[in-house]
This record gives sequence, C-alpha cells and structure tokens, in this order.
Amino acid sequence: MVTAVTSFGRSGLSDWLVQRVSAVILLAYFITLGVSIGDGVTYAEWKALFEQTWMRVFSVMAVLSLAAHAWIGIWAVLTDYLTERMMGAKGNVLRFVCQILSSLAIFVYVIWTIQILWS
Amino acid sequence: MLQVSIYRYNPETDAEPRMEDFQVDTGGKDVMVLDVLEMVKAQQDSSVTYRRSCREGVCGSDGLNMNGKNGLACITPLSDAVKNNKLVIRPLPGLPVIRDLVVDMSLFYAQYEKVQPYLQNNTPAPAIERLQTPEDRAKLDGLYECILCACCSTSCPSFWWNPDRFIGPAGLLQSYRFLADSRDQATDERLAKLDDPFSVFRCHGIQNCVNVCPKGLNPTRAIGHIRNMLLSRAT
Repeated sequence: MVTAVTSFGRSGLSDWLVQRVSAVILLAYFITLGVSIGDGVTYAEWKALFEQTWMRVFSVMAVLSLAAHAWIGIWAVLTDYLTERMMGAKGNVLRFVCQILSSLAIFVYVIWTIQILWS
Repeated sequence: MLQVSIYRYNPETDAEPRMEDFQVDTGGKDVMVLDVLEMVKAQQDSSVTYRRSCREGVCGSDGLNMNGKNGLACITPLSDAVKNNKLVIRPLPGLPVIRDLVVDMSLFYAQYEKVQPYLQNNTPAPAIERLQTPEDRAKLDGLYECILCACCSTSCPSFWWNPDRFIGPAGLLQSYRFLADSRDQATDERLAKLDDPFSVFRCHGIQNCVNVCPKGLNPTRAIGHIRNMLLSRAT
C-alpha cells in the first residue's frame, strides 16, 4: 500500500469515483447551460436564469465538482512529473509548493463563485 | 541491405549511449528481428548485447523496443517492424540500462512481488489437488498466459513516471489472476493493499499495454475488474 496524504480523498478508489461523478455533474451542468442559452441570451434572461434557486444550487454543485475534479487531476499530473525520481530532492519541494498554489487557487475560485452567485 | 540501428551503451566505458548503424543482408527473407540481432552479433560485432533464450515467444527474455514499439524480437517478423527499410532497436523504455539492449528489471520484479503472485489458501490441501469448476477455471484465461516480458509495463507512461509506486499492467494482470481464482482465499487482504492513489489508480486507461502485449492479453480489462472489485467492496 502506497501512502499519499495530499491526494483528494486519501484513497485511490475514492478519488477515482469522485472524478467520475464530478465529470457527470459537469456534463449535465454544461448541457443545461447550453440548452438554456444556446440560441442567444439577453442580459435580462441571463439574470433571470441565475436568480432561480435551483440554478444557483446547480451552479455551486458544478463548481464544487470542478474543484474536486481539478484537484484530483492536477495532483495526478504533479505526482507524475514533479518528483524526486524526475528531478532529485528539489522535485519534492517544487511539487509541494505547486500543490499549495493549486489548492489556494481552487479555494479562491470556489469562494468567489459562491459570492458571485449569492450576492 | 536492411539498415539496422542499434542502441549501444556500456556504462563502464561510455560516457553516454549512442546509436550504431549496421547493414544486414537478410537474403530477402522475412526473418524475425531476433535473427537480425543474431546476424549482427555473429557476423559484425560480437559485443552487441541482448537477452534471449527460447527464441519462440515463450520465455519473455527478448522484450525490446523495435521501431518505437515494444515486443518480443523472436516473434516479430521484419515485415511487421521495418519501415522504409530501416529498423531501430532500443532497450525497453523506462528501465535502467545495464548494457546495450539489456535492462535492469528489478523495479518491474519488485512490483510483481508486491501482488503476492501465488495461491493463498489456508484450508488443508486435499489428497490430489484443489478442484475448480470449468467455469471458474475459464476466468483465468487471458490472465495466466503472461510471460512477464515487461513489454506492457515499459510502454506505460504511468509506469515510467512512478515505477516504484504504480504496480503497472503486468503486475496488475497477475494481481487479478489471483483475485479471480476461486481457490484463493486472500481476496480481501489483496484488495486492501490496492486501494491507494498509486498502485492501481495510476492507470488512466490509455491501453498502451494492450497495444504491445505479444501474447494478446488485455491488462486494461483486468485493471477494470480490480477497480470493480474494489468498488463493490467499498460502496
């Protein structure tokens, strides 16, 4: 058993499942968005769409899915390329720094989205 | 004359690896890549180093990278490998080179060892053998045939980047071979060791392993079965 404390759910199976489910949620969200505004949208229509509670809840769900999906994906890429095996001990430092920066960015985007949606 | 380019590297004398060109006359015959290597070694340069044994795709010694694709040199005819009359032979990618086409397979074997590739059953052994139904036995088809040539694992980018943490297609195929065996009783213990983000889940399903397996096996499918077993156990 390989240990990993920076992965999303600590378990490979959980990360794998979260990535699949979040992908389905994102697909459903973008299809809904496409159907709602696909043939052009005015500001009034756009505002009315996002004033409905279900759309705000769905949007928060989508952004949380995106956050989890992005973290799992970025974590996989960073642990592939920025490693001790690839670049010596500095790989570990660089990877950890990149992981912190990625999670900070994801956190900021999530809070920002919630602020936009509910303000 | 066939243009053959062979990867040469002797860590004791060479500062870095190089490609060496040879001209080989195959007499117009569609021989195997191993035959070409034998011709070079016998007629042109006896220091060209590679592994070989059975020369018929059973032992798995001569896994090589031929014109960019991993395979067994002994059962790869020139008509399959050669493009524009040129044959480039390199060692299996991703593993340390010991000399020329010979790679150090320690990492590969360490991953194989991790999956405990042997039957675990604590009930007293019957007088003759542990029986299986024909249906249970059929579940092992497509799994037991692996000869551990390492063509699959060394064609897998996930294994290149994490050969110490990702078990790799060959090891996982063997892992599933024992998970699927009706006589094995260690299923839970085996699965418990696989549920981390690296051992199994570094597989992103790109199927390079399936593309190169000289025995026509499908490690990606076996990995999918392991994932399903983990999922049924944990949900």
